[in-house]
Amino acid sequence: MDFSLGPEHELVQKMVREFAQKEIAPSIQEWDRKQEMAPQVLPRMGELGILGICFPVNLGGQGMDFISLGLACEELEAVDTTLRVVMSVHVGLCGLSLLQWGTEAQQAEFLVPLARGEKIGCGAFSESGAGSDVANLQTTAKQDGSDYILNGEKMWISLASKADFALLTARTDPNPKRRSQGLSSFIVDLHSKGVTTGDLKGKLGVRAGSTGWISMQDVRVPAASRLGEHGEGFKITMSAFDSGRYTVAAGAAGLIRACLEASVAYANGRKTFGQPIAEHQLVQAKIARMASDYEIAKLLFLKAGWLKNQGVRNTVETSRAKQFATDASFHAASEAIAVHGSYGYSDEFPVERYLRNARGAMIYEGTNEIHSLIQAGYALGNRTDKALRREMPAYESTRWQAELDSPPIVSR
Amino acid sequence: MKVIVCVKQTPDTAATLTVVGGKASWGDAPLVLNPWDEYAIEQALRTKEAHGGSVTALSLGAEAAKESLKQALAMGCDEAVLLSDPAFERADSLVASAALAAAIKRIDASDLVFFGKAAVDTDTGVTGPQVARRLGWPSLNLVAAISELDPAAKTITVERLLEEGRQIVRSPLPAVVSVVKEINEPRYPSFMGIRKASKAEIPVWTATEIGLQPVPEPALSWPEVTAPARTEQSCEFMSGETAQQQAAALVDRLIEEKLI
Repeated sequence: MDFSLGPEHELVQKMVREFAQKEIAPSIQEWDRKQEMAPQVLPRMGELGILGICFPVNLGGQGMDFISLGLACEELEAVDTTLRVVMSVHVGLCGLSLLQWGTEAQQAEFLVPLARGEKIGCGAFSESGAGSDVANLQTTAKQDGSDYILNGEKMWISLASKADFALLTARTDPNPKRRSQGLSSFIVDLHSKGVTTGDLKGKLGVRAGSTGWISMQDVRVPAASRLGEHGEGFKITMSAFDSGRYTVAAGAAGLIRACLEASVAYANGRKTFGQPIAEHQLVQAKIARMASDYEIAKLLFLKAGWLKNQGVRNTVETSRAKQFATDASFHAASEAIAVHGSYGYSDEFPVERYLRNARGAMIYEGTNEIHSLIQAGYALGNRTDKALRREMPAYESTRWQAELDSPPIVSR
Repeated sequence: MKVIVCVKQTPDTAATLTVVGGKASWGDAPLVLNPWDEYAIEQALRTKEAHGGSVTALSLGAEAAKESLKQALAMGCDEAVLLSDPAFERADSLVASAALAAAIKRIDASDLVFFGKAAVDTDTGVTGPQVARRLGWPSLNLVAAISELDPAAKTITVERLLEEGRQIVRSPLPAVVSVVKEINEPRYPSFMGIRKASKAEIPVWTATEIGLQPVPEPALSWPEVTAPARTEQSCEFMSGETAQQQAAALVDRLIEEKLI
């Protein structure tokens, strides 16, 4: 058993930390107030290779492993949740689904530009009437010759107005035996005729990010853009969540760390009753809990990342990591406000932003209530992992880092 | 151009220095690449990008200093060499400069050697000039800009950042240049560099291998280190009904304290 990070992990951590701290942190409060995404975020994350971090080099990526992906998400969310959200949807939901389920041609057409950061991807599953209840989604995809015609509206979609492609799940069979059976997934070019997108305003948190809607009216999608087989959409959507939730878990660990660091700095500087508040035991209790929660959150996501590297299914481990870290980050942010007193309630300090940002992650990528049900299902023996037609490939550094002319990676 | 950049692994700048048993100790502070050296690496890389050639990162230290060399490789240096020997353990700048100069001679035919302006732990800022002296090369320190570099004519013109202003200095090559942070903005390591660095086998040269026998004894020791006296700070508000009255009260107070 080895808990140490390798030099590659440490360098990735340092590089992403420096980028986020130097280029984003100084102006994030301003963008959060404006409810707009800082214009440099996506281009810089693309240029630096962060958007392609864990994809093989011969598919345009940077050849790092799942642990590096997690560490990058931690560093990004330690500055602002919206940065990590980019990774969740671009890398987690869209890119990694293409790595797992895509054909060679689909990987060449869609994954390579995503991994290079030339195009932006997102995941579009939720609708105004269906979030966690994926099998109830209403968007339709009707076969028409060699194409599908898509109609419907997706809601609460991160990067809806910024992305070029969406991994989108729609109903292809209106009357299946089981509701989860009649779904198929597509890579939809969001610049296609009939697609309109927009941003939602007035959110509690992630205000410096883009969250929006995608409306489709008779959007023609070629069958070649269908990911996986006809009717395989539910499984593809669920495996996309195994990837996306991992990034949420790792990011939330970073948010706990940010709460801890802000609280420690403030508690050492602020004096009441003649001594720094860090000397008060009830303040210490809050800080101890944050430190401990950070450690737990980190261990949980690193274990899930390690399983991913081995190519082992990790639905329940990722679910635990996501649920624990997001709950703990909300608690940490609330306690960080308590440590800061009235200042914590104002946006002069970052902790109120941490609280607003933490709340969303307890809802998206499966509400934390749904995660309890998933975990109970495994614990009670009512739920087991069934083999998928295509599993996420195990990470192999020699194949992932082989240069451009090596053979393509096709998942098992 | 053959460029060498000398780097040091130092405790993190947030670490606190204490004295344990007569020796300076940084406790278990994390070790990092000396922040000033990042500017030296950046300048070495820019020199290579403008004029071709290669950049070798050179460090003197324990095995752990390979981590700093890996960062240099991840930023884009072509090669890295660690100078490590039990005889270097207590090295002061005289010992370090003797070892670095010997290694630079072994690398042979280099045109430029970059240093950061100082190491954040010992903060002497003299290792670069000492290396220059040992090699018999010009020493250009506190350099804030390289205004001209002509590999064919073997000349370099730099701007030195002095308190009084900038001094333009021209010298022949090879030369030793130590840089200040105004010179550039260091790049982040690239993923391509990280891939290369994590696979790199960094050679370790001992005192014998660089022909430094015997290793000179250090001349300096640190018998005591004390923290600066704490200054008491207090905050006072000027009263007055109007801004003019408050300003007048402030002026009176400053005169009273003999500050104006």
